[in-house]
Amino acid sequence: MSTIETWKALLEGRNADEVVTKALVRDVELPYGAGTMALVTLDNGHDHTKPNTFGPHGLLALDAALDAITARTDVAAVGVVGKPFIFAVGADLKGAAEVSSREEAVAIGALGHHVFRRLGELGVPSFAFVNGAAMGGGLEIALHCAYRTVSSGVPAIALPECFLGLVPGWGGTQLLPRLIGPEKALKLIIENPLSQNRMIKGPDAYALGIADAMFEPADFLEESLRWAAQVLRGEVAVERPDHTAEDWAPVVDQARTLVDLKLRGASPAPYRALDLVALARTASRDEGFAAEDEALADLLMSDELRAGLYAFDLVQRRAKRPAGAPGKALARPVTKVGVVGAGLMASQLALLFARRLEVPVVLTDLDQARLDKGIGYVHGEVDRLQAKGRVSADQANRLKGLVTGSLTKDAFADADFVIEAVFEDLAVKQKVFAEVEEVVSETCVLATNTSSLSVTAMAANLRHPERVVGFHFFNPVAVLPLLEIVRGDATDDATLATAFAVGKALKKSCVLVKDGPAFVVNRLLTRFMGEVTAAADEGTPLEVADHALDSLGLPMTPFALLQLVGPAVALHVAETMHTAFPDRFGVSENLAKLVAAGKPGLYGPDFQIDPEVRALFEGGTSPSTASPSTTDDVRLRALRALAQEIRLMLDEGVVAAPQDIDLCMLLGAGWPFHTGGITPYLDRTGISEEVTGSRFLEPGVASVPE
Amino acid sequence: MPASREVVFVDGVRTPFGKAGPKGLYAETRADDLVVRVIRELMRRNPGLPPERVDEVAIAATTQIGDQGLTIGRSAAVLAGLPKSVPGYAVDRMCAGAMTAVTSVAGGISFGAYDVAIAGGVEHMGRHPMGEGVDPNPRFLSERLVDGSALVMGMTAENLHDRYPSIGKERADAFAVASQEKVAKAYADGRIQRDLVPVATRKAAEGWGLATVDEGPRPGTTLEGIRGLKTPFRSHGRVTAGNSSGLNDGATGCIVAAQEVAEELGLTPRMRLVSYAFAGVDPEVMGVGPIPSTERALRLAGLSIGDIGLFEINEAFAVQVLAFLEHFGIADDDPRVNPYGGAIAFGHPLASSGVRLMIQLSREFAERPDVRYGITTMCVGMGMGGTVIWENLA
Repeated sequence: MSTIETWKALLEGRNADEVVTKALVRDVELPYGAGTMALVTLDNGHDHTKPNTFGPHGLLALDAALDAITARTDVAAVGVVGKPFIFAVGADLKGAAEVSSREEAVAIGALGHHVFRRLGELGVPSFAFVNGAAMGGGLEIALHCAYRTVSSGVPAIALPECFLGLVPGWGGTQLLPRLIGPEKALKLIIENPLSQNRMIKGPDAYALGIADAMFEPADFLEESLRWAAQVLRGEVAVERPDHTAEDWAPVVDQARTLVDLKLRGASPAPYRALDLVALARTASRDEGFAAEDEALADLLMSDELRAGLYAFDLVQRRAKRPAGAPGKALARPVTKVGVVGAGLMASQLALLFARRLEVPVVLTDLDQARLDKGIGYVHGEVDRLQAKGRVSADQANRLKGLVTGSLTKDAFADADFVIEAVFEDLAVKQKVFAEVEEVVSETCVLATNTSSLSVTAMAANLRHPERVVGFHFFNPVAVLPLLEIVRGDATDDATLATAFAVGKALKKSCVLVKDGPAFVVNRLLTRFMGEVTAAADEGTPLEVADHALDSLGLPMTPFALLQLVGPAVALHVAETMHTAFPDRFGVSENLAKLVAAGKPGLYGPDFQIDPEVRALFEGGTSPSTASPSTTDDVRLRALRALAQEIRLMLDEGVVAAPQDIDLCMLLGAGWPFHTGGITPYLDRTGISEEVTGSRFLEPGVASVPE
Repeated sequence: MPASREVVFVDGVRTPFGKAGPKGLYAETRADDLVVRVIRELMRRNPGLPPERVDEVAIAATTQIGDQGLTIGRSAAVLAGLPKSVPGYAVDRMCAGAMTAVTSVAGGISFGAYDVAIAGGVEHMGRHPMGEGVDPNPRFLSERLVDGSALVMGMTAENLHDRYPSIGKERADAFAVASQEKVAKAYADGRIQRDLVPVATRKAAEGWGLATVDEGPRPGTTLEGIRGLKTPFRSHGRVTAGNSSGLNDGATGCIVAAQEVAEELGLTPRMRLVSYAFAGVDPEVMGVGPIPSTERALRLAGLSIGDIGLFEINEAFAVQVLAFLEHFGIADDDPRVNPYGGAIAFGHPLASSGVRLMIQLSREFAERPDVRYGITTMCVGMGMGGTVIWENLA
């Protein structure tokens, strides 16, 4: 059997539900008598909301189309174009998650190479016309072609593989650095994926040299074909600078430093990508593609990738259809919003509501000066948005006009949604809601941005407790995508549905959480930090404690997070949690001392441990009482605590499933995809079973199937 | 404001014309996108014309709904990427839509309201079949304002055969065959392709293609071949698919400017507008319309029919051209008439055709510097004719 037949046999019956991207071929008469182009349209038969992807069947379809084209002698060139708005967005991830053997993993990588490389080896020039989004394998198709044009309207071009836990291994690591040089290639292959999976636009791709020509969307294909004809006739010359003479080591090393900084070795994919890029300078096509096959196979069979795919699915799907949210039809319209308080959080909320809902937002405060400051903050932020070109002058006027202040709560009379962002104290918040209830309609939703107080208790004394809901944002509210929507004991479905509708309009990913201390993210972070702090309290060197979890590749160390949150807030939450669960949540005396000393955290302005803080910690223990832990001890202790806490939260019904815990950690704490949030990591390291007696997720859900 | 300025035709392009219907070139292509292609090609071909100097975009369509609605002159201008400061409007005079767009902006230019304008037309008869959404007032018939056949163009053509008994089916067929032959020759000589703007056409089931030539022409058409075709408008009638224009999709456009502004911008005018006229006739014989409109335009220009060296007359039906020729005493095969062939072969996407006539006349002028005057003329539904007389600047 030929290799392709082997692959076919191996992949036979797999991916039965693959949405197959067809390769439709039509002849096009090029202008200026340049001959006939066989133009391949990639189209999976759906609109742009279901982009073209490539699984085995799609690859074989393209292979068959290329067979038919190469059998002809009357073709002067081959073109590849996407369906409207979409070129192709890469491998079929659903299929990737189903690969169950290394043999199969090798096969899918090799099949991709076998088909795509044909585009560069046809004997006639090939052109990719990148008319729409091109990602991963989609961009690699274009890279295999001899020439590329791009539409200036393309919103997204990327090689996001490293973001997920893969490498652009259908030729990307070999072709791109040779085309545009290693430095620019690493930006796409490494830097952007590790920066919240940043994408570039058509003009950026042209500027980077990924595309040889750029045309406007209005007549992109026509002008691309005209250009192709000119290239074929020799009227347009395309420069291809040779980058292989340069020394690639410095830029590869520089990228490696960046990866280390972000991941600390936690996920293998970017490191494999770096090695492949380094190889591309000297490797032949065969060698380079074979190395890609190996890397793809290893990574496809890695738990880090499976966790990444699981995480991707959570943020792409589950985040958009929150588990347990009541029907949208129950949601009430929100035409005016009230914000109690005019502090920084309140002002941020006012701006967010005004921008996203485009309805009047009234801030109230008892103090005119604070009110002025709050409104001033909003206006200042609007000015900044305008200066950055994010809003027009008219929109800026509109936004400023939408946000007003009032010294009395009468201004809430016709509001449909009032959110409080006052001091984190139950009695204060109860009083605020009681006052608001005097003014507003019976159905006005009262939302609280509390991070740890009981929503049920806050509603207890109201005439209409069913209208109270928790609306927990993460700071900074404009940036972090998570919104924990908290259902109190009395909260009714209409209120909850309204809260979800508002959350969606605010472009937040909402997770339904049952009322309980600190909800999800803060509860887990507090528990986790509590263990690390306790280790330090017990005499573990601060650096050891703080770097004990580096191998997870978290966005920041526990003490860096403490610094960001502020010791006072962290202490306050720790105390609240200690009150709720004294057995598991301690209150560090050293943390209290840190707050008393007015320190911003453990680190000084030079990013080193503040000597006074070190003294403070060391003063709490004597050599006789000290029981320092090792890095492994601290890590295991913190992870075991997380596993225990998550199991308890699931048993308490805080969220519907482990998936919601993971979604919260991905979006609210920014924990990396290769951890899957956290439960896949706890499962694959055996900690879940060790601590709770079972895994959180079945094998195969976020790991390689057994 | 100047009292009156000379108006010139600078350049014109059109899309290839497709056959209307599910198998046609443009079956899944929007009408407004056809216009966008035309506008962009005009701007690309005339780099001396800064986009912000376009003072008006007048685009005609007979059925102004859906992708031909939304004030298509304005919406196509925006879609084509012209500056938002450039206004636009929609025009309707059925088949003479684009011609009327040209004469309207020409009037504005002459008056000094505009310096430069884009005028054209579009008709996607596949997406918008003739008569789509019409709601004729019942008084037309109850008060016998028009004959019942007036709204069916093929019937008006049969009526025209009645009015001109000397024009029989054989003459009409012969004229049609000649039209096909002239188009085939014009294509072979490369006369047509230079003003066609290729259009990317996508069909969901087939993928992207590129329309580069007219779909309608049937080279090799013979008298024998079309003699037996059905006469759908009257039993034993004379009007057939062979001696009529088809149902088509396409768009046209041209740049019209004040002569002095064209010079200022370094644009090369091809023809000068001499006069124009529209005239009304009985709707049931709308095909005679070009006769009174031409007489009027000649009178306004102080010219006689003998001064006209080239005729571009729209071939909605062969009989309507023949009636015109018979009236003016011109032979059926006079080489001055439609030298590149006409709508019987190219097709007739209603409101777009007027500018196709002008494009062809301007090219014929260039080949015939000895000819001073030419006309573009066409018949119009509801009983009208339109004529524009041009002076050759080649």
